[in-house]
Amino acid sequence: MLAFHIGKFILKRTLKFVTLLFAVVVLTFMLVSLSPVDPIQSYLGAEMMVVSEEQKEEIAEYYGVNQPKLQQFFKWLKMFLQGDLGTSLVYRQDVLSIIQEKFVASFALMALSWSMAGILGYALGVIAGMNKGTFADRAIKLYCFVLASTPTFWIAILLLIVFSLWLGLFPIGLGTPIGVVSEQVTWLDRLKHILLPAATLSVIGVSNITLHTRQKVIDVLDSEFIRFARAKGEEGFTLFKRHVFRNTLFPAISVHFASFGELFGGAILAEQVFSYPGLGLAIVQAGLNSDVPLMMGIVVFSTFFVFIGNLLADVLYTMIDLRMKNGEAI
Amino acid sequence: MKYHSISFGTRMAISRKGLLLKLLGLLSLFLIFVIGGSFIGEEQIEANMSQKNLGPSIRHLFGTDWLGRDMFFRTLSGLHLSFRVGLFSAAISTLIALILSLLSSYNKYFDAMVTILIDLLLSIPHLVTLILIAFVLGGGVKGVVVGIALTHWPSLTRVLRAELMQMKTAEYVQISKKLGKSRIWMVRNHFLPQILPQLLVGFILLFPHAILHESAITFLGFGLSPEQPAIGIILAESMKYLTAGMWWLVLFPGLSLILMVAMFEAMGNNFRKMFNPQ
Repeated sequence: MLAFHIGKFILKRTLKFVTLLFAVVVLTFMLVSLSPVDPIQSYLGAEMMVVSEEQKEEIAEYYGVNQPKLQQFFKWLKMFLQGDLGTSLVYRQDVLSIIQEKFVASFALMALSWSMAGILGYALGVIAGMNKGTFADRAIKLYCFVLASTPTFWIAILLLIVFSLWLGLFPIGLGTPIGVVSEQVTWLDRLKHILLPAATLSVIGVSNITLHTRQKVIDVLDSEFIRFARAKGEEGFTLFKRHVFRNTLFPAISVHFASFGELFGGAILAEQVFSYPGLGLAIVQAGLNSDVPLMMGIVVFSTFFVFIGNLLADVLYTMIDLRMKNGEAI
Repeated sequence: MKYHSISFGTRMAISRKGLLLKLLGLLSLFLIFVIGGSFIGEEQIEANMSQKNLGPSIRHLFGTDWLGRDMFFRTLSGLHLSFRVGLFSAAISTLIALILSLLSSYNKYFDAMVTILIDLLLSIPHLVTLILIAFVLGGGVKGVVVGIALTHWPSLTRVLRAELMQMKTAEYVQISKKLGKSRIWMVRNHFLPQILPQLLVGFILLFPHAILHESAITFLGFGLSPEQPAIGIILAESMKYLTAGMWWLVLFPGLSLILMVAMFEAMGNNFRKMFNPQ
């Protein structure tokens, strides 16, 4: 029964997502078509001077640059549906394969920082909530408040200065050591390169989940069954383990899944500071070098990424909400 | 009972006074940033080769950079610039939120449309949308302002929309309707005065996001041009001098930015408390 409901729910959300994705694609295409970038020039790059006018005409003809926008869009859509996102101008490679390759790096970074932020944020939220009004609570609240006002890239630069330059514990940038063949890169090397950007994202990402968990813990502690448990003499960690934990964990995870959008945005900034070769660095390169196919590919991909996060968050909610389990409401 | 209500009243008065004091403090900080920044002329941030690469000292509070420009004054004018970008984009964003929420209160078709628009914007990471818009508009101040204005309205729109939904069912609105008052009349006399506090708070709370996103997008190279002393530019440039050990180029401008953003955040929260005391 539960599986059926969740299946129905996922199907519904996926259908909604497909229409939304279509809207995103149309909007992005419209925006990009409005841009002042000359497609021939960005295609040719520095060879613009060498190529004759007739050849430019031929290139324009070949790619259908002079066709009406609507026709261009349908042509693009047809290719998109067949899984062909075009060729990147910066990397001179198939966009889809670039996204795959970069996403592996970005995924490692985001997964690591997401889990670290989740664990740390939940723990801080519980500590603050269980000790409401004390010094620890106020300190944690202040930390979250300040962090919410802090630019991600500034934290990244600070960590870079302290841990890479002053203490020399970590390399200054990139995803792998310089001058080493990719087969010889060890896991330790990769870990060393990923740790600082991941720490940046975790430090920033803690704020949201902490404040949410804190509120949830306070709400739970306010309820009748806690008063009863307290009357029985349960205190501190036992109280937390028996009652608070199971009532606050899933909401926290759910909220944390819904933060994929901010995670992606933060990853763009952290990757920029550490020159970490992921999707974030790729979209910045695409934007600065007018690489329209790659940019559109990453925009579509990031939409998909955010959708997955939100879907998981909602599925978790469906699973924990008893009314939904019994099929009373979806 | 009487005693209770009196004590409640005095406590309220005290917390209000405290709030007002806090707001006053925040406002003076705000004036330093905004007015202070506009007084800074070209001569204070002029290059001075005899004074380059100096660490922080009494003469140069935030140190100087590789061209001998005083970082304190550069930071102040950067904050001023951020504030102006934030002001423009937050104002436009608030206006969009107001119009869309009024539209969505009009009938359910408009409401569905507005909901789809909100979903659409929230489905792409903010920073990705900003990069896209800045790219399309060719970067510069225009790209940043338009990008932030077009991406930051959803949260405020949601708040206003919920508020208006509730207001629509209120008795006095129903009576006005029965009396045959026009839609515009009701918007002017019922809706606008009621949502004004929310609008103001929403406007102030848009600043922190606007300023942070402005500096982020500028840092990535899509925003303000390198000649302008924006905080994003200062920090991006300082990256090149990290290995030279010039940490003050990073620390102080960043701290100042945090201070300004936190100030707006605190101001918005205090205004909210003042308008709806609990």
